[in-house]
Amino acid sequence: MNTNFSRRWFVKSLAAVAVIVSFPGVVFARAKGAFNAGKTNDVVDVLFGDLPIEESTEITFKLPDIAENGAVVPATVATEIEGVTQIAIVIDENPNPLSAVFDIGEMSLADVSTRIKIGKSSVARAYVKTSDKVFMTSREVKVTIGGCGG
Amino acid sequence: MNRREFLELIAKAGVTASLSGCHALGNKNAGGLYELSKFGQARVLHITDTHAQLMPVYFREPSVNLGLGSAKGKMPHRVGKNLLSELREVNPMLSHAYTYLDFTEAAQRFGKVGGFSHLATLIERLRGETGGALLLDGGDTWQGSGTALWTRGKDMVGACNLLGVDVMTGHWEFTYDAAEVIENTADFKGEFVAQNIRATEDAMFEGVDVFDDDTGHVFKPYVIKEQNGYRIAVIGQAFPYTPIANPSRFIPDWTFGIQEEDLAQLVEDIRVREKPHAVILLSHNGMDVDLKLASRVSGIDAILGGHTHDGVPVPVVVDNGGGKTIVTNAGSNGKFVGVLDLEFGRTGVVGFRYRLLPVFSNLLDEHVEMAKYISEVRAPYLPALNEKLATTESLLYRRGNFNGTFDQVICDALLEQLDSQIALSPGFRWGTTVLPGDTITMERVLDQTCMTYPETYVREMEGHELKMILESVADNIFTPDPYYQQGGDMVRTGGMSYSCAPRNGFGERIGDLRLRDGSLVDASKRYKIAGWATVGSKSAGPAVWDVVADHLRDKKEVSVDRVETPVLKGLTSNPGLA
Repeated sequence: MNTNFSRRWFVKSLAAVAVIVSFPGVVFARAKGAFNAGKTNDVVDVLFGDLPIEESTEITFKLPDIAENGAVVPATVATEIEGVTQIAIVIDENPNPLSAVFDIGEMSLADVSTRIKIGKSSVARAYVKTSDKVFMTSREVKVTIGGCGG
Repeated sequence: MNRREFLELIAKAGVTASLSGCHALGNKNAGGLYELSKFGQARVLHITDTHAQLMPVYFREPSVNLGLGSAKGKMPHRVGKNLLSELREVNPMLSHAYTYLDFTEAAQRFGKVGGFSHLATLIERLRGETGGALLLDGGDTWQGSGTALWTRGKDMVGACNLLGVDVMTGHWEFTYDAAEVIENTADFKGEFVAQNIRATEDAMFEGVDVFDDDTGHVFKPYVIKEQNGYRIAVIGQAFPYTPIANPSRFIPDWTFGIQEEDLAQLVEDIRVREKPHAVILLSHNGMDVDLKLASRVSGIDAILGGHTHDGVPVPVVVDNGGGKTIVTNAGSNGKFVGVLDLEFGRTGVVGFRYRLLPVFSNLLDEHVEMAKYISEVRAPYLPALNEKLATTESLLYRRGNFNGTFDQVICDALLEQLDSQIALSPGFRWGTTVLPGDTITMERVLDQTCMTYPETYVREMEGHELKMILESVADNIFTPDPYYQQGGDMVRTGGMSYSCAPRNGFGERIGDLRLRDGSLVDASKRYKIAGWATVGSKSAGPAVWDVVADHLRDKKEVSVDRVETPVLKGLTSNPGLA
């Protein structure tokens, strides 16, 4: 995070931004179809069509290894790859795997954070779309019963 | 790093006199056990997971501590003779300290371990040898005894202040209410550090108090301590899965996690900004997590670890991209003090010597001031603590991957007192040991059960739900990637048997669930199940220590003839299995 701003300032300002982001009219038709897809492959087909998908180590995908609360799991995707137009977060085992899509404008940093719902332990994927290619990284997130800690 | 020096440590730590009983040592000289030769320029002492045991106790090390996959046969997953074979020199006293072998006989011979008064004497001596030393406490210090619960951790804060703990981090410390945690850390005279605890975004928005508004850190992430002119950075790593393994309702505003990327960045920043002579991670991750972390984050000279209660006599040196990291784990219940002597050169740490010193209470005089404090803080509670509930014919202990004998007593109590078919009891690694022939006092029951969510439950559960609980807990222990483990042991079961194939994948480890009468547990049939320590929400039943105490008062004599451990499958010989 930019060190010019405190985390508290940032969190408070996010609340203002959230109103705009969640405005219903902003959801694009294509993304809407992807949100309804029941399998990761279908999500990818709808979102990225024929674009080649390549695994990348240039994406920072922050997600807890074990979720503290599966209902609200903090997720961050950031990358310095040039020309990013879209970032998507997909949870394979969720009934509707697509958790979030962000359209990245030309003047925006490709650095997004959100909170997602994860029903059970799953592979989580972050996709970063550019004009001619999609980059992807994945990690495992565990949703478990608690207790029995040492 | 000077490997030769640390390989010699065990030989040097050995007692020179032949031990025909500790009293033969006279003058509590300990035959050199506690006299260390000079090494390096700065000394760091490490205690961890004392679990509030102010008084000396018995503590049996595990006979089952399985390591799977790449962890198989590696420290800390070696028990008994397989652990001793890693040491250059062994004597009966060290064998007793590090293993379960001939436990009863050796415990009668060498006496109790730990106790803050004896610990204080030893620490004072170790500090005196080098003109001072840093004392680090890895946490799980303010919970685990009746007095810690009743004083909400404050008896231990006082004891740690007297002991002169310089820096600590935590885990069970967070099972008191957040406001109490803040109060305790404020009363604590050392520094409480944790790089991996931040306020949640919601809490930041609501205006909760934090240490750092910019980052959301609830506590200082690290401190710089000076020792003999050398600047040592100590970073705190609290138990990453506290809100999962323990109730999040006590600390709803805080979020944890391993936060490996943050740690790597912090180490880099500290190296650049503070230019310390050494960087130490004071960790409550558990040894397996620490070993993985050490292989992925460079720039840390030593990870002084706890949580998994592994008494690891020889540290593991992990190579990573930027150098080497020493990884240790210093046992539990006040039984050990880790002594890390550091040698500095122009580039920072160039050599080290590590010793895991057992604290044999008979070999160390009581510390006058500490003894007085302990006696005063315990006085109001002695009538309750000293109640004699029953005597035991069997050795009672908990530690190990599966049911210990004391767990069996707890499970039997749940079955009989709460009239249920099956009992579940959490696989904590704390809890002291009672020798055969000894009295089980209320204090010993509280050692096994004392916590802020002790309520019992009785509920009906279908067979498949029961299996899923066992599968989930088994996965938390046996999943191959340490970052997905929680560091406890398997849930203890009573009234049933099962098989466990630790090397299988999630959902495929547990099988052949049967009731005591031999009948198979039916996936769709309902069973009456009793348990305690619910993490999600508060249960309605009486506190588990009252259930166990009633059971013991009824029985008057306890003998554990069979322990309901699972039948293990798919394991070839494993050095973590006795």
